[in-house]
Amino acid sequence: MQPLTNRAKNVDRRPMTLAERAYLPAILKGMGITFSHLFKKKPTIQYPEEKRPFSQVFRGLHVLNRDEEGRERCTACGLCAVACPAEAITMEAAERQEGEENLYREEKYAAKYEINMLRCIFCGLCEEACPKDAIYLSETFAPANYDRKGFIYGKNDLLIPNPLTDREAYEQAAGGRVRQPVAGR
Amino acid sequence: MISTLLAMQMDWALVLEKFLLIVVVVSVSLGFAMYSTYAERKVAAALQDRSGPNRFGWFGLLQPVADAIKLFSKEDIIPNKANKVLFVMGPGLAMLAALMTSAVIPWGDKIVLGGREISLQIADLNIGMLYVFAVVALGVYGVMIGGWSSNNKFSLLAAIRGASQNISYELAMGLSLIALLFVTGSLSLKDIVVGQQTNGWNILYQPLGFLIFIVCAFAECNRTPFDLPEAENELNFGYHQEYSSMKLGFYLFAEYINMFISSVIMATLYFGGYDIPFFNEAASSLHPNILALMGFGALMAKTVFFVFVFMWVRWTIPRFRYDQLMNLGWKSLIPLALFNMLITGAVVLYLQNGWPKF
Amino acid sequence: MDKSQLMFWFLSALAVFSSLMVITRKNPVYSVLFLIITFFAISGHYVLMNAQFLAIVNIIVYAGAIMVLFLFVLMLMNLNKESEQQKNKYLLWSGAIAGGMLMVIMIAALNTTEPAVVNQPGAGDIGLIKNLGTKLFTEYVVPFEISSILFLSAMVGAVVLGKKGD
Repeated sequence: MQPLTNRAKNVDRRPMTLAERAYLPAILKGMGITFSHLFKKKPTIQYPEEKRPFSQVFRGLHVLNRDEEGRERCTACGLCAVACPAEAITMEAAERQEGEENLYREEKYAAKYEINMLRCIFCGLCEEACPKDAIYLSETFAPANYDRKGFIYGKNDLLIPNPLTDREAYEQAAGGRVRQPVAGR
Repeated sequence: MISTLLAMQMDWALVLEKFLLIVVVVSVSLGFAMYSTYAERKVAAALQDRSGPNRFGWFGLLQPVADAIKLFSKEDIIPNKANKVLFVMGPGLAMLAALMTSAVIPWGDKIVLGGREISLQIADLNIGMLYVFAVVALGVYGVMIGGWSSNNKFSLLAAIRGASQNISYELAMGLSLIALLFVTGSLSLKDIVVGQQTNGWNILYQPLGFLIFIVCAFAECNRTPFDLPEAENELNFGYHQEYSSMKLGFYLFAEYINMFISSVIMATLYFGGYDIPFFNEAASSLHPNILALMGFGALMAKTVFFVFVFMWVRWTIPRFRYDQLMNLGWKSLIPLALFNMLITGAVVLYLQNGWPKF
Repeated sequence: MDKSQLMFWFLSALAVFSSLMVITRKNPVYSVLFLIITFFAISGHYVLMNAQFLAIVNIIVYAGAIMVLFLFVLMLMNLNKESEQQKNKYLLWSGAIAGGMLMVIMIAALNTTEPAVVNQPGAGDIGLIKNLGTKLFTEYVVPFEISSILFLSAMVGAVVLGKKGD
């Protein structure tokens, strides 16, 4: 048969020579190899102090985005919940009352918005489905928790900080990935 | 009773001195073993391009303390159908056998305190080397009793596996040491060290014997490549399978003490013990205390090197299969040791008497 | 009472006690462990008689090797209470009679012997390794070599038995 690559090697089935049967030369050679590794550079990244840069397409925890005036963009249309293959998203819609125009961008908003992070597979389909650019997958890892309830993220866990009052926290949560609010969109 | 004791007219200063020495030696062994666990992890990490424990304390130096706290605070389980007395006795026996060897090791030359010469050796037995053997032979009981009393067939099989390995390699070890005895002419470890100070280290006379000895020491300490008694992955762990908490810790700790002690013994028997290389102790004008400390330092340096070799080999070589282990012990090492004995005996006889005249 | 006498009584008591435990324990593993303690006590006696070589060899050979083999065998046997067979009554009687007769013979033999020169504790140095070696290889060299041939034949026999399968 034609070999697929030129890396194939024939197995050497000759009986071992005395030097090979004595084990020791092979053992010393192996010890030489391991010893040389003492002086090699360690590839370890000291995690909490050092962090590896994220890929542009990394999909971490979700954030619910706000617009440039700090209003929530989500209208509780439910498209993200429909798109979600893991059925991790649930929400309840509510109507915007008089005087809440500075809180919610449109007349309908999500009174309750929960993502079960244990079910979520971080596929990003919710992000694609959202017509209002309201949900994004950020660069944050899912942090540890003591019980399962802690992994059901509510609205106050998901909402991004208000860009008007706390610009710095907003930038940090948005990372390089959340589409920054553009006027007129 | 008290009058009897008083009538013995014991040299109380001697008793106190030996007692203090025992305390110091045991705590040094324990401390060394404790930091061997840290060193093992650091060496393993370095050989595998990792960095090892580096969080608790400066460079992770407090890691052994954290490990001890962890082990102590774990749940101590005694299996329901285990033989409780022996189950508790097993780890203790392992530890006892590991620590007892240190009694005959000369840790250094004499020190002088207040006009009193104190030998840095707990007991200078004229059968020191045989004592080491006896204690090594007793080490098997910790393994066997622990494995049997757990009332678990896997523990039992592992115990028998470990015990037969220990017994097999004891033979080759003994034979390699007999050849060494031809050269030194004494069983006292102190005499062996003193002899090496004048005649040069025994490794020069007994290279093959040392090779056999170090292989057997690896097997006796249950270290890789001979760590079948505790092969976690392919042989379902070992004789301490049912142990948990500090009882397990004792078994693992005894292994590190064994490693330390056998390194010291290798340094003592073949590498001059507390002899400082290229330095004539007898002709130097230094204070004897300083000399003794330097000698102790030299012994420790050799020991650290051997402990490093133990770890280095562990992270290089895979395990032997059980039949390979037995073949190596019985079919290679014992004939080699016998051959070494024959050659050494012939050479020693020739040097003493010349060619035989018939 | 001086030091060595005190040690003597302690070791003797230990030896007698643990050998009694050897024959009275139901569990044979305990018997073996007590037998090991007995060997240690006897080794202690050897040390008191300045026979250090004998003492340590006793520990290496008996406590370190032979008892390990005993333990090996015992641990591989099923020692459950259920599997223990019903003992034959006649067997008990015959054992008692045989043992009793052995004791009578021993007492009779000990009665008629002259008390030999009792080795004073600490006296004599024949047990030291150098003297023992010299004696063995000069005065007793023939019996020594004969016994070594006995061991050699035992070893050859073991190898032959082990080779049988191939």
